[in-house]
Amino acid sequence: MPRLIKNGAIVEDHGPEVLDLEQWLEREDRGNRAVVLEPGESLAPLLEHIDEIPLVLVNFPTFMDGRGFSYARELRERGYKGELRAVGHFIRDQLTYLSRCGFDAFQFEDETELEAALPSLADFSEYYQASINQPQPLFRRRDA
Amino acid sequence: MYVYDEYDQKIVDERVAQFRDQTRRYLDGQITEQEFLPLRLQNGLYVQRLAPMLRVAVPYGLLNSRQLRKVAQLSRDYDKGYVHISTRQNIQFNWPQLAEVPDLLAELASVEMHAIQTSGNCIRNTTTDQFAGVAVDELEDPRPWCEIIRQWSTLHPEFAFLPRKFKIAVCGSEEDRAAIYAHDIGLELVRNEAGSTGFKVMVGGGLGRTPVIGAEICPFLETQHLLTYLEAILRVYNQHGRRDNKYKARIKILVKAMGVEAFRAAVEREWAPIKDGASTLTDAEIERARSFFTSPDYRELDARAAAAALAEKTSADPIFANWVTRNTVEHRVAGYRIVNISLKATGFAPGDISDAQLELLADLADRYSFGEVRSTHQQNLVLADVEQETLYELWQVLQKAGLATANIGYLTDMICCPGGDFCSLANAKSIPVAEAIQARFNDMDYVYDLGPLELNISGCMNACGHHHIGHIGVLGVDKKGQEFYQVSLGGSQGKDASIGKILGPSFKQDDMPDVLEKLLSTFVDLRQEDEAFIDTYRRVGIDPFKERVYA
Ligand code: SF4
Repeated sequence: MPRLIKNGAIVEDHGPEVLDLEQWLEREDRGNRAVVLEPGESLAPLLEHIDEIPLVLVNFPTFMDGRGFSYARELRERGYKGELRAVGHFIRDQLTYLSRCGFDAFQFEDETELEAALPSLADFSEYYQASINQPQPLFRRRDA
Repeated sequence: MYVYDEYDQKIVDERVAQFRDQTRRYLDGQITEQEFLPLRLQNGLYVQRLAPMLRVAVPYGLLNSRQLRKVAQLSRDYDKGYVHISTRQNIQFNWPQLAEVPDLLAELASVEMHAIQTSGNCIRNTTTDQFAGVAVDELEDPRPWCEIIRQWSTLHPEFAFLPRKFKIAVCGSEEDRAAIYAHDIGLELVRNEAGSTGFKVMVGGGLGRTPVIGAEICPFLETQHLLTYLEAILRVYNQHGRRDNKYKARIKILVKAMGVEAFRAAVEREWAPIKDGASTLTDAEIERARSFFTSPDYRELDARAAAAALAEKTSADPIFANWVTRNTVEHRVAGYRIVNISLKATGFAPGDISDAQLELLADLADRYSFGEVRSTHQQNLVLADVEQETLYELWQVLQKAGLATANIGYLTDMICCPGGDFCSLANAKSIPVAEAIQARFNDMDYVYDLGPLELNISGCMNACGHHHIGHIGVLGVDKKGQEFYQVSLGGSQGKDASIGKILGPSFKQDDMPDVLEKLLSTFVDLRQEDEAFIDTYRRVGIDPFKERVYA
C-alpha cells in the first residue's frame, strides 16, 4: 500500500482505482470514478460530476509546472468536496501553497520523505490572500 | 509610508524561517541544486559569476532612513560596502555568502524589509512613479494601490510557479514615469465621466528578446475589482502561458498568440465567477491603504519669498543654480522641491552607492525630507519633500559626498545593468561601455545642449537595462565568443512608448564612444531649434544616422 499525507497525517492509501482523463471519459459510471488530471487537460468534463467524484489526482510532471495549483483552486471554487491529491514531482517546500489551493492529500514520489515533509505544511500561519483554507483575505479579517 | 502590523511582520518572519531551513537542507545535501534554484530565486538570491547576488525588495521604491541605515550596515557586514539600485527600484547586494543570507534576511525583516519574489517565475515587486504623491501632474497617488497589490501578490499560493516572471507597474499621473507599457500588466489610474477613478489595464507589454508594447484590455476597471481582475488575468496566464520554451513564456507571447480580443474574453470568463467574491476590495481596506500615504506635515510657506531666497542663492552660485535646474523638480506644495540624487557620476558604476553615502542620505532625509528616500527605475535616488530654503545647504553636503552630479535626464544619466562584470547571464560587459561614454562626453555644456536624452544599456537580451525603450539603446551581444554591441534608436518609455529600431551591424566595445559621437553629431546637424533627440529621430527616421555611422 502506498503511503501518503492526507489531512495532515501519514496514512496508507486505500483509494479506488484511478483512471486517466481519456479512460475516465469513456466510462458510463465516471461520476463515481477517480481521475488523474495532467497539465493542459480541460477541467470542464469534471465539473458536470463535481458532487459525485470521490477522488481527483493532479499530476505535477515537474515541480516547476504550476498549472496544478490553478486546477485545485478552480475545482474547490466550483464546489468539489472530495479528496484532491497532488501526485508526481512536487516538492515539500510547496506544501503550504498546495494545501492553500485546496489539496488535502500529497503522494510523494519518494515515500521515505513523508515524515520530514509534514512540518512544511505549517511553514506559514498567516496569509494575505483569500484561499481555500482561509476564504477571507487578510484585509477582511484585520479589523474584525 | 506603509507600516507593518503584526500580520505583515509575522509573514515576513515566517518566510525568513522557511528560507533558513531550506538553506540548511540545501547545504546538507537534502535539497538538490535544481530544487533549491526556484526557492532561492523567490527569495532574491542569484548565484552569479563571482558570488551570489541578493536582490532586496524596495516596494514601489519607498525607503525610510532607518532602512537605509540598515542597508548600509548590512553592506558592510555581509558585503563590500556598497549596493546597487536596480532598474526595478530594488537594492542589490553583490557578494553575500549563501550560508549567511538567512541572517541577512532576518536583519532586513527587523526593519520591515525582505527579498520575497524579487526573482523567479512569480509576481515581482510592483513599481511606480518615483514622484508619487508629490508630482504636479498627478491624478491620484498610486502608492496605496501598489501596497494593496504587494499584499495580494506576496506568497500568493496559486501564482508562485508561473511560466515566467511577472511584473506589474502602476501610474497615477499624466506623464508615465513607471513605464507601464513595458510591463506584463500596466495599470493607469484614470477618471471616468462620472468623475470616479478606476484603472485602465494594459497587458502583455515587456522587453527582453521580443519587446512588445502593452495592449489595453480594459478601459476602465472599477477600483474595488482590482484584485479579482488581476487574479483572472494571472489564471489565464498560469493555465495557458507556454512552458515549453522560456523565451516564449512571457504573457506577451500568449496575448499575441491568442489575439487581444480572445485574451480579453478569456479573462472575462475567469473573472465572472470570482468578481464580487471575497477578494473584492472594501472601502475600509482602500481607506486603510490610503491612510499610510497622507501628506507629511508640510509647513505653510510663502512661495514668493521662498522663490526670491532661492533666486538670490542661484544668482550668487552658478554651479548650484545649474544643479537646481537639472536635478530638482517642481513639487505640488508651494515652497517645496523634489530633489533627484544622481548615482551616475563619471567613474562609478551607474546605480552604485556606498555605505557612507547611504548613511549620509539617511541623515539628510531625516533633516530635510521627512525621513524618506525613493529609488527610481533610472537607478537614482530622490528626496521628495525638500523646502526650497534648505536646498543650498543640502546641495553643499551632497556635493562633498559626490552626490550632486547635475545630469538627471541627460546623456550621462544612463540606465545600465550590471552586465558581464557581475551577471552570469551577460553576453557582454555594460559598465565599461557606460564609463567610456561618460568619459568621452565630459563636457557638460555639450551634454546639456543635447537636451533630454535616454541612453539605456543592457548586457544581454534580458534587457534589465531597458535598452529597447532608450532613445538610444545599447545591447551586449556575443559574436563567436567576442563581446559586441548592437545599437538601436527611437525607443521611448511613457504613454507614447515605442521600441527602438536596430541601427545595423554591431560594434566593438572600443568603438562605442565614437559611434555615440557620430549619432549625436548627426542629431545636432539635423535638429530644429531645441528639438529633443527623440523628436528629431521621429521626424527624420533612422537613415541619416545609419549613413553617418556606417560611412
Ligand atoms: S540585462 Fe542581462 S547582463 Fe544585464 S543584468 Fe540583466 S541578465 Fe544580466
